[in-house]
Amino acid sequence: MSEGKQIWVLAEVLGGQVKPVSLEALHAGQTLGGELGATVTAVVATAPGAEIPEDVANCGVARVLHIQHAGLETFNSLALVEVLAPQVQSQNPEVVMMGATNHGKELAPALAARLGVGLATDCIEIHAEGGMLKARRPVYAGKAHITFQFGDTRPCILTLRPNVFRPGETPAGDAAPVETVTADIPENGLRLKVKEVVQAAGRKLDITEARIIVSGGMGMQKPENFQLLEELAEVLGAAVGASRPVVDNGWREYSNQVGQTGRTVSPDLYIACGISGAVQHLAGMSSSRCIVAINKDPNAPIFDVADYGIVGDVLEILPVMTAEFKKVLQK
Amino acid sequence: MNILVCVKQVIDTGAAIEIKDGKVQSEGLPRVLNPYDEFAVEEAVRIKETDGESTVTLISMGPDNFKDTLRRGLAMGADKAVHLLDPAFEGLDSLGVAQVLAAGIRTLDHDLILCGRQAVDDDMAQVGPSLAVLLGMPFVSVITKLNLADDKKSAEVTRQIEGGSEIIETPLPAVLTCQKGLNEPRLPSLKGIMAAKKKEIAVLDAAAIGFDPATQGATANHITQVDLAKPPAR
Ligand SMILES: Cc1cc2nc3c(=O)[nH]c(=O)nc-3n(C[C@H](O)[C@H](O)[C@H](O)COP(=O)(O)OP(=O)(O)OC[C@H]3O[C@@H](n4cnc5c(N)ncnc54)[C@H](O)[C@@H]3O)c2cc1C
Ligand SMILES: Cc1cc2nc3c(=O)[nH]c(=O)nc-3n(C[C@H](O)[C@H](O)[C@H](O)COP(=O)(O)OP(=O)(O)OC[C@H]3O[C@@H](n4cnc5c(N)ncnc54)[C@H](O)[C@@H]3O)c2cc1C
Repeated sequence: MSEGKQIWVLAEVLGGQVKPVSLEALHAGQTLGGELGATVTAVVATAPGAEIPEDVANCGVARVLHIQHAGLETFNSLALVEVLAPQVQSQNPEVVMMGATNHGKELAPALAARLGVGLATDCIEIHAEGGMLKARRPVYAGKAHITFQFGDTRPCILTLRPNVFRPGETPAGDAAPVETVTADIPENGLRLKVKEVVQAAGRKLDITEARIIVSGGMGMQKPENFQLLEELAEVLGAAVGASRPVVDNGWREYSNQVGQTGRTVSPDLYIACGISGAVQHLAGMSSSRCIVAINKDPNAPIFDVADYGIVGDVLEILPVMTAEFKKVLQK
Repeated sequence: MNILVCVKQVIDTGAAIEIKDGKVQSEGLPRVLNPYDEFAVEEAVRIKETDGESTVTLISMGPDNFKDTLRRGLAMGADKAVHLLDPAFEGLDSLGVAQVLAAGIRTLDHDLILCGRQAVDDDMAQVGPSLAVLLGMPFVSVITKLNLADDKKSAEVTRQIEGGSEIIETPLPAVLTCQKGLNEPRLPSLKGIMAAKKKEIAVLDAAAIGFDPATQGATANHITQVDLAKPPAR
């Protein structure tokens, strides 16, 4: 057991690899730890015998809490609540945080209800002032930001929007000690059976995890033209996103849809191609670091949020961009 | 089967919003049934239409104008609605809302509870899983497919994850949160709209559901709003 104030960061580990967003959460945890005078514990829940990835143990955390149970082979929030609640109750961390992945978004509210504590989801900024924790998060499709302050109950639970709390180049530290806990999960924590985990076809990078996204809207005009986006994405190591009507038309898969009824993304670079910039689309991408818009209509609302705008025919511009990037990146 | 669908009214996401004194000026803005809750209502109505015997009950906690949203769901084919309405429910954080819903739901028969993935105003995506834990039920969020077992004692659902999906079997009753892809919500027909006018909306207040404003009201919130502002300009 660790002395003093603790921040727990739940790291999602799958197949020996930690999710990038979990590394971001670990990084954010350490920054917050500095403000709160707290140490960071990386919490990893797996089936017995799974390895802890090196980058979790040596990213600067004080310790790794490795919770094991056969029921944790696949992610199972019902089981995780049963596993985590008693640990939290006995070790009293100030904060429990995790990435706002689909799994994190399910687990965090369940844990908050189980412990009877406060939760702020999909946060884009967190900090502590005089021991009080504040979290900022987008609301109303990103049209506003709300800042919450947590009350007296502990722990405060947070989920962090992916790609926002990106670590700089942190020098690898010494490997933190790993404490292994063999969990006991009551029968009712094992009521869900994950029968199959289906991987999306191909090499495709998930859009929520991509650093660069090239995204196509109705201005792409037909499904075949998405090949132009695929080519640019290939050169940039990007993922391909889409607006809703594109998905509704069956041109792209739903998992590629960016926006309020699709996915929320925050890449370093978002290239919007033939996308008008409706508020529901902006809801999913306006926290991107740099937005480039290509649209033939100079009055398209997407230009209001774009850092760089190109007015013109996307079908002509894309091949030129791809060729130029190829040259610059020497591919 | 008794299917409960939790629905919330939200400001139409297309509407421009103004913020004054830390509040969104909602006066006069168009309000709609939360888009994700439409998937939930649609799925429930389809189950009923398929088995010809299930009952679909909508439940909503919110001010008086939430009745419009309940009518909309009734027009889509839900059978009846429960409106949790009491000044004591105002100003609650999401866990508080889940507590009110849980208290309301305990007074009703239920074999399956459907929610939306998230409400598109506050976007917390908290109420569904929190509600499930309060009710001691299993839960699966962001589902894109729902297949009930023949005996309706369990369900197989597909949920979206990063880079793929999971196929999960859950016993019932359970709380499921609905995601786009589950179905195509119908537009209410004229007949549906007329029929909805005659359907029952039962109103339950704090006392009726055993909710104690002193210990469970907004003073028990675990988070407080300290700021609401337009995002910084790019
Ligand atoms: C409840 C609700 C939820 C929604 N959720 C989402 C969501 O999750 N994601 C989403 O994207 N939308 C969503 N929408 C839909 C949204 O309102 C818009 O309709 C949609 O985003 C428009 O998609 P688009 O920009 O691809 O198409 P359009 O609005 O048709 O825009 C096409 C753009 O392409 C430009 N263009 C045309 N030809 C060319 C060319 N040759 N070269 C360059 N530019 C060209 C046009 O100038 C135009 O700006 C939602 C709507 C509602 C009501
Ligand atoms: C300090 C504080 C004060 C607040 N004060 C107010 C206030 O005065 N007035 C106000 O309107 N809001 C207030 N809120 C916001 C309110 O807490 C949220 O609207 C509520 O918690 C639901 O969260 P959400 O909208 O993000 O829903 P989510 O958790 O995103 O919703 C998921 C799903 O849960 C179901 N659901 C959510 N809400 C309801 C509901 N009310 N009835 C039925 N089903 C529902 C729906 O199926 C929905 O799709 C306040 C929040 C805080 C933190």
